[in-house]
Amino acid sequence: MKLIVGIIKPFKVDDVKDAVKDLGVQGLTVSDVQGFGRQRGHTEVYRGAEYTIDFVPKVRIEILVDDGDVDRVAQRLIDTARTGKIGDGKVWVIPVEQAWRIRTGESGTDAL
Amino acid sequence: MPVLGVIDPGNTAWVLASSALVLFMTPGLAFFYGGMVRAKNVLAMLMQNFFSMGLVSVLWAALAYSLAFSGDGKWIGNLDLAWMRDVATVSPTGFDLSIPPLAFMAFQLMFAIITPALITGALADRMKFSAWFWFLGIWLILVYTPVAHWVFSPAGWLFRRGALDFAGGTVVHINAGIAALAVVVVLGKRRGWPRHPMPPHMLPWTLLGAGVLWFGWFGFNAGSALAADGIAAQAFVNTNMAAAAAMLGWLLFERIRGGHATTLGAASGAVAGLVAITPCAGYVGGMAPIYIGLIAGALCYFACSIKFRFGYDDALDVVGVHLVGGIVGSLLLGFFADAAFNPAVTHEGVFVSGGSWELMGDQLIAVGATILWSGVVTLVIVKVLDLVMPGGVRVSEEDEETGLDLTQHSEVGYSLERV
Repeated sequence: MKLIVGIIKPFKVDDVKDAVKDLGVQGLTVSDVQGFGRQRGHTEVYRGAEYTIDFVPKVRIEILVDDGDVDRVAQRLIDTARTGKIGDGKVWVIPVEQAWRIRTGESGTDAL
Repeated sequence: MPVLGVIDPGNTAWVLASSALVLFMTPGLAFFYGGMVRAKNVLAMLMQNFFSMGLVSVLWAALAYSLAFSGDGKWIGNLDLAWMRDVATVSPTGFDLSIPPLAFMAFQLMFAIITPALITGALADRMKFSAWFWFLGIWLILVYTPVAHWVFSPAGWLFRRGALDFAGGTVVHINAGIAALAVVVVLGKRRGWPRHPMPPHMLPWTLLGAGVLWFGWFGFNAGSALAADGIAAQAFVNTNMAAAAAMLGWLLFERIRGGHATTLGAASGAVAGLVAITPCAGYVGGMAPIYIGLIAGALCYFACSIKFRFGYDDALDVVGVHLVGGIVGSLLLGFFADAAFNPAVTHEGVFVSGGSWELMGDQLIAVGATILWSGVVTLVIVKVLDLVMPGGVRVSEEDEETGLDLTQHSEVGYSLERV
């Protein structure tokens, strides 16, 4: 099992959710996050004073998948979230040792 | 002892209504400031302002009203009207009132409430509430009361000289503005300022607060006529025009320099215009309030960036808006004061035909005296409090980081988190 983690632009969340659902993904988790990459932050002006806000709002999306599905799901996520402009975000994959479904106690790929 | 004249119902109704309008300015100011601080300090800011309505009211009844408005001393009043004795039946010294003395007492109380509240904008995010409590009470007696006596009481030395201040350019705005500077000199900068951005957490509050201030300011300025007459109407119109023109002035320069007309700029500009017209309100007319507003809006916009050059953390620009706006208005009165609009103007301004520099001299003295007294005495008050209070007047670094709402009041402003 692997955990696909994507940091994406907030307005792309719905598109990505629908796209991976079409691939048979049964569940995912999203959270509001802030950070910076090559896009850096943005500038706000209050009473003539410029403030550089270093952290840009993004959405973190986490999808637990079977080893065989990783490339397909990750690629669909990337294709859907891409705008071609700076700040589109990142995707990475982490190995997962074990997973359980709490209600039934099922484990491994059965728990996905 | 001065005794009561004939009570005019129309005048009384207007002054009572104005008193309520001016009281409403303090919660308005609280929201104007509250929106500009960070979310973790919003309650502390509202509370410092709101609390002024409590403490100042009681001190006003006990001592301060009498010290400001009773007796014929040049420097300070006496205690004849202290502890509410005879307040209802004896007129304040030198006033030929057509309203009940209690209406005058209430109206002046509202000014005493908002003046120290103006200072809170400078010391945002880092002063202990206990320190604010002591500062507020001591400052009211040692700074506000004498300056109000000098300028507003016909017995006061600045009033006798002929300095004009219709509704408190010196007493309220310069007084609070210079005090704000003195407090931050002792208090120091907010942790991380100016390296870390501390943008306003809720500008809608600030716009709402500015609107309430504008509304209440009609009582502040037009009520200062102490009558429902032509001067009150003139002051009413002048108040609106100056706020409007100052908003335009501020936004114009902001647009030219920064590229955007901001909501904070619109709110700040309007307030700057209201500040500047305060000393002039009942003494000028025609297009003068619009010129005064435009000048104040532009100058206060530029004044708000001085703090970065000198490195004092006047968090919400009390100096840039109230000190500078108050000085601009008090001195522009030396140009625009016109006896055609108010017979109380004995020396007309430079721009009025037949006018002279005479008034300007008195205005400069009034501005200078207020800055000197308020600046020095405030500095001493805060310094002494800082030495006497255990741990000083400032919260610990940890409490500052956590936020004043939780550490000073055991509350949070917004409980929106779901986990």
